[in-house]
Amino acid sequence: MSLPLQVKELVYSYPASQSPAVDRISFDVRPGEIVGLLGPNGAGKTTTLHMVLGLLLPTRGEVRIFGQKPTDRGAVLSRLNFASVDVQLPSNLTVFEALDIFGRLYSTPDRRSVIDGWLKKLDLERFRSQRIGSLSAGEHMRLKIGKALLNDPDLLVLDEPTLSLDPAMAEQVRSILKEIQRERGMAMLHTSHNMHEVETFCDRIVFLHRGKKLAEGAPEAVVKRFGSSSLQELFIRVAKSGELFAEEGKPS
Amino acid sequence: MNASLQRIQALWLRYALLHRRSLVRAFDIVFWPVLDLLVWSFVTRYLQQVITPTGPKVVLFFIGALIGWDIHYRGQQAVTISLMEEIWTRNLVNLLIAPVRLWEWVCASFLYGATKIAVVAVLLSLIAKALVSFNILAISGSFIPLAASLLFFGWSIGLVTAGILLRYGYAAEALIWGIPFLLQPFSCVFYPVHSLPAWAQPIALALPTTHAFEALRMAMRGEAVQASSWLWIVGLNAVYFALALALFVRMFRRARVGGQLGRLGQD
Ligand SMILES: Nc1ncnc2c1ncn2[C@@H]1O[C@H](COP(=O)(O)OP(=O)(O)OP(=O)(O)O)[C@@H](O)[C@H]1O
Ligand SMILES: [Mg+2]
Repeated sequence: MSLPLQVKELVYSYPASQSPAVDRISFDVRPGEIVGLLGPNGAGKTTTLHMVLGLLLPTRGEVRIFGQKPTDRGAVLSRLNFASVDVQLPSNLTVFEALDIFGRLYSTPDRRSVIDGWLKKLDLERFRSQRIGSLSAGEHMRLKIGKALLNDPDLLVLDEPTLSLDPAMAEQVRSILKEIQRERGMAMLHTSHNMHEVETFCDRIVFLHRGKKLAEGAPEAVVKRFGSSSLQELFIRVAKSGELFAEEGKPS
Repeated sequence: MNASLQRIQALWLRYALLHRRSLVRAFDIVFWPVLDLLVWSFVTRYLQQVITPTGPKVVLFFIGALIGWDIHYRGQQAVTISLMEEIWTRNLVNLLIAPVRLWEWVCASFLYGATKIAVVAVLLSLIAKALVSFNILAISGSFIPLAASLLFFGWSIGLVTAGILLRYGYAAEALIWGIPFLLQPFSCVFYPVHSLPAWAQPIALALPTTHAFEALRMAMRGEAVQASSWLWIVGLNAVYFALALALFVRMFRRARVGGQLGRLGQD
């Protein structure tokens, strides 16, 4: 059986820039696994996610989602979904209208009750007929997560999903996602700058710095290997003196 | 229902709903075309009185041409505006990662344009009838296929402008809004081809719009539109449509290589 996600020797150079934004990165996401993509600002996380989603063609290397290229735009897209801080739902539609339209686009069976189910779970019921443009950032983020779950994806990609959520809501969203992971074996690839979240939520992390993969493994294992006391501490160390790490590929 | 049809319908709905939500947008559909028509109706009435008060109502030709041009222009705009809407609202990525085919989006934007135009055309025809007793129904046999050809060419130009938008983003905005007006002088909307200077005539004849407007004038004079006109209209439209579609797909692919696709609207 093909893995939800295989990333092999991925390289991407933006036409305007000198050094590659993503430099020979490889990693897998296995069924039912939550993988966190970590790294300082500009490390290449979003660029990597864009290649995973087929929005961007790799300069070299390849992405396989359930064995298929995302750019083939075939059946694989109906097993995938994505939510991001950078991507919004149409501000001029109501909450229900937007979900209804995406439900149609994903051919969600029993659309209405699925939508009602997510509105309830994500605590959005009272916003059902409200314009999306008038939602708060956190409400909008929850809605985007609702949209990303409409097709019951086998692989869910999230770019900083909890950034605008208050701690309680972030916890609720994580527990919903964990529940789906347990029940259905949904695989997840997500980025986050919240180290506490990463430690508790991810089965495995892929640590990027300046486009290169610095480390990979279970959060505790990575922390231990680098002789740090916590992921937060490790992160700050890498961000400050990352070049050393990046070149040697191991701790000093 | 067929999944493709369902997706096209969903996208059409997405654009149609914009108008229910916004009075300004609803206005946009009717406001400019109606104002245009009012100005031209008054101008033509005046010209008729000055030039030939008792002669044939030649100036009515302006009204027919105006409606025809509006159909073409709005067909183009609908495609571009549908894409801009996705970029403005930062929704494009959601569509790109959904199992929506590019051609399904293209069809939806075409249908959205056609819907808008149907509303405008009916409205304008009614006003023209009331104001200057210009009865478009009298020539509906030729008018409807000619209008369809103008709309079709509008779609082609819309694909070109949408492609430019995908590839170059808002930096190319002036070009995007300007292209229809670049074509207007050569499309012989309000005057016959032979009235153009010699250098401009070959350009005009290479545009399907020119042939359509020539044919429209024939129809308004009560003459039958010649088969050769239809051939030119259909042939040129097919060629431009194929070129426009190829360009659009190429620009889309280029945007995916250059990294614009995921970040459109963020620059
Ligand atoms: N269109 C572009 N042209 C040139 N360089 C770009 C372009 N887009 C992004 N970059 C660069 O590529 C690098 C990686 O950017 P990316 O957005 O992937 O980082 P990130 O890890 O998601 O960062 P953050 O945590 O800030 O979201 C950055 O240095 C960025 O400046
Ligand atoms: Mg990012």
